[in-house]
Amino acid sequence: MSTSLNFFSDYLSASLRLSVPLAFAALGGLFSERSGVLNIGLEGMLLTGAFMSAAVTFYSNNGWVGILAAIAAGGLVGLLHAYLSVTLRVDQLVSGLAINLSVAGLTAFGSRLVFTTETTQKLPGIGVISLPGLSQIPILGSLLFNQDLLVYLLLLLIPLVTYLIFRTSLGLTLRAVGEYPRAADTAGVGVGQVRYVSVILSGCLAALGGAYLVLVHVRFFTEGISAGKGFIALAALIFGRWHPVYTVLACLLFGATEALQLRVQAFNLNIPYQFLTMLPYVIALLALVGLAGKSTPPAALGVPYVKESSED
Amino acid sequence: MARASKLSKFQSVRLNWLLPVVSPVAAIGLALLVGAILIAIAGVNPLRAYSVLFSEALLNYYGIGNTLTKMAPLLLTSLGVLVALKAGQFNIGGEGQIYMGGLGSAVIGLSIPGLPAIIHVPLALVGGFALGALWGLIPGYLKAMRGVNEVITTLLLNYVAQNLISYLVSGPLMAKNAPSPFSPAIAPSAQLPILLPQTQTHAGILIGLVATAILWGVLTFTPFGYQIEAVGQNPIAARYAGMPVRRTIMIAMALAGGLAGLAGAGEVTGLKYRLFENFSPGYGFDAIAIAILSRGNLAAIVFISLFFGALRSGASVMQRSAGVPVTVVYAIQGLTVLFIAISLVLERRLTLKLNQPPFPDS
Repeated sequence: MSTSLNFFSDYLSASLRLSVPLAFAALGGLFSERSGVLNIGLEGMLLTGAFMSAAVTFYSNNGWVGILAAIAAGGLVGLLHAYLSVTLRVDQLVSGLAINLSVAGLTAFGSRLVFTTETTQKLPGIGVISLPGLSQIPILGSLLFNQDLLVYLLLLLIPLVTYLIFRTSLGLTLRAVGEYPRAADTAGVGVGQVRYVSVILSGCLAALGGAYLVLVHVRFFTEGISAGKGFIALAALIFGRWHPVYTVLACLLFGATEALQLRVQAFNLNIPYQFLTMLPYVIALLALVGLAGKSTPPAALGVPYVKESSED
Repeated sequence: MARASKLSKFQSVRLNWLLPVVSPVAAIGLALLVGAILIAIAGVNPLRAYSVLFSEALLNYYGIGNTLTKMAPLLLTSLGVLVALKAGQFNIGGEGQIYMGGLGSAVIGLSIPGLPAIIHVPLALVGGFALGALWGLIPGYLKAMRGVNEVITTLLLNYVAQNLISYLVSGPLMAKNAPSPFSPAIAPSAQLPILLPQTQTHAGILIGLVATAILWGVLTFTPFGYQIEAVGQNPIAARYAGMPVRRTIMIAMALAGGLAGLAGAGEVTGLKYRLFENFSPGYGFDAIAIAILSRGNLAAIVFISLFFGALRSGASVMQRSAGVPVTVVYAIQGLTVLFIAISLVLERRLTLKLNQPPFPDS
């Protein structure tokens, strides 16, 4: 294989690696926001997953236990967000922000306790499983089919979520709750229940993104390792118009932008690295600006639902 | 029956006055309680840790100096978050606005030598205010004119600003032979005076208090202040009333950015005398917590900034002498927001219950 081809496939695989955490978080956000609950807490949920997977893997020496712990912890944070914003009807932005701030502090504190300075952490990862036959396809084969289970799960989730949301009655219910909860309620749908499930699911998925970041990508945990990935995932969600396929494509775009940074540095081009670090955020901004007015959120997004009969 | 309802009204008035004080205090208390559990997990006696933290931060001369030094940027930035919030805008970009403010003041502090301090210092502050305001105006413009959600744009702009400063101080603005990225020292004529001798307490805290007073005046007595509140509460009604809704949103966001910019300018002209990369330890995010906790009350914002400043100032001493990681303070700060969110809901329910007449009035 020529070097340029090698470079290209390296670049693609770096792009994919960097998009996976974004995509998990964005799919999580999709569930929450499709059900009408704003989820700026994705950042905190991703960070929760990153920390829990690191800490539990560190103690158990088994990445899979770490991943399960991350899913559970992410679900718990999702539950908290659901309780605050659905049951208590706290402003959903405030609830998400409170989660982000609390998680940032708690994980920073936790990491000082777990990963003391003496224990240099190099976490065991989760193995790569290459799919026989498929992984032999040039470029795409090793890119898509020589991966770990989390990537396969993500690849599986994309069509699955699309089908679920647009082709099943469950998906219709979810969308109805996010668009017009009163009608859904009248039709006998438990609006609160649907939102609870969606937001908890959103926490689990975002936490999976964090677990991938820690266990596959960097193999260690540091404070604030999420570095705004949850926010970029939110931008991807808007850019992808709350559609699973477009949202994941938007994540791929942001991931590819971030990968550019690693590649360009390798080429010794004279671009200050700060501009490249900044690039995903700038692209996300431009995407939002360019799409202004064209991307319509679910109609009931951010609006707590109050049953007509109930008194506050 | 008339008497009964009068009595309940009296009680509810008193409670309406009391609750805004009770809620934040309860939220902070609960957060400190959780913090105590965390400290205990770290293997330290929480009482000892807290007594070190607060006695150091509030009873010791140098500690007080340190507390006030940290309070200054917190106060200014949270005023910015508050102004935006009054106009119905969530400004989560305080951190980036601090960085841009630092840049604005550093450029003026570096570039114009030979000015008397009485001109140079205000000029540097204006430079900081201006760049911070620009960083607030961008999302304000995008929100008002293009309908782009300000929450995400302000968040993303934080990262842009931080990287921009990092580039500048390791490139064009880097000091000669600097071991790590920072700019040359600004001219002495651009430096804020020190208030408490032998501490780092600079005049930034005065700027913060003056800004609080001015903002109170503007919000309470001027038509513009009224406009901000009207737009924040109901933009559609405000438009029907003939108010320039878009302009108000943009000005409020620019003002918010400018106040945070002043915080950054204070850090550069009063504390570091240079522009460093990553010079803000997250003041912009603390400010969101402070503004939410204050519930729009300017007196409360001063006290809560003082409290958060004390937490930050005492924490490092607590780490050194009691061995509790500083990060416990960040957890406590985040949790206060969580608890205030909950207590606000409980309070709303309680007030509604109290304000209901004991008997239906039919």
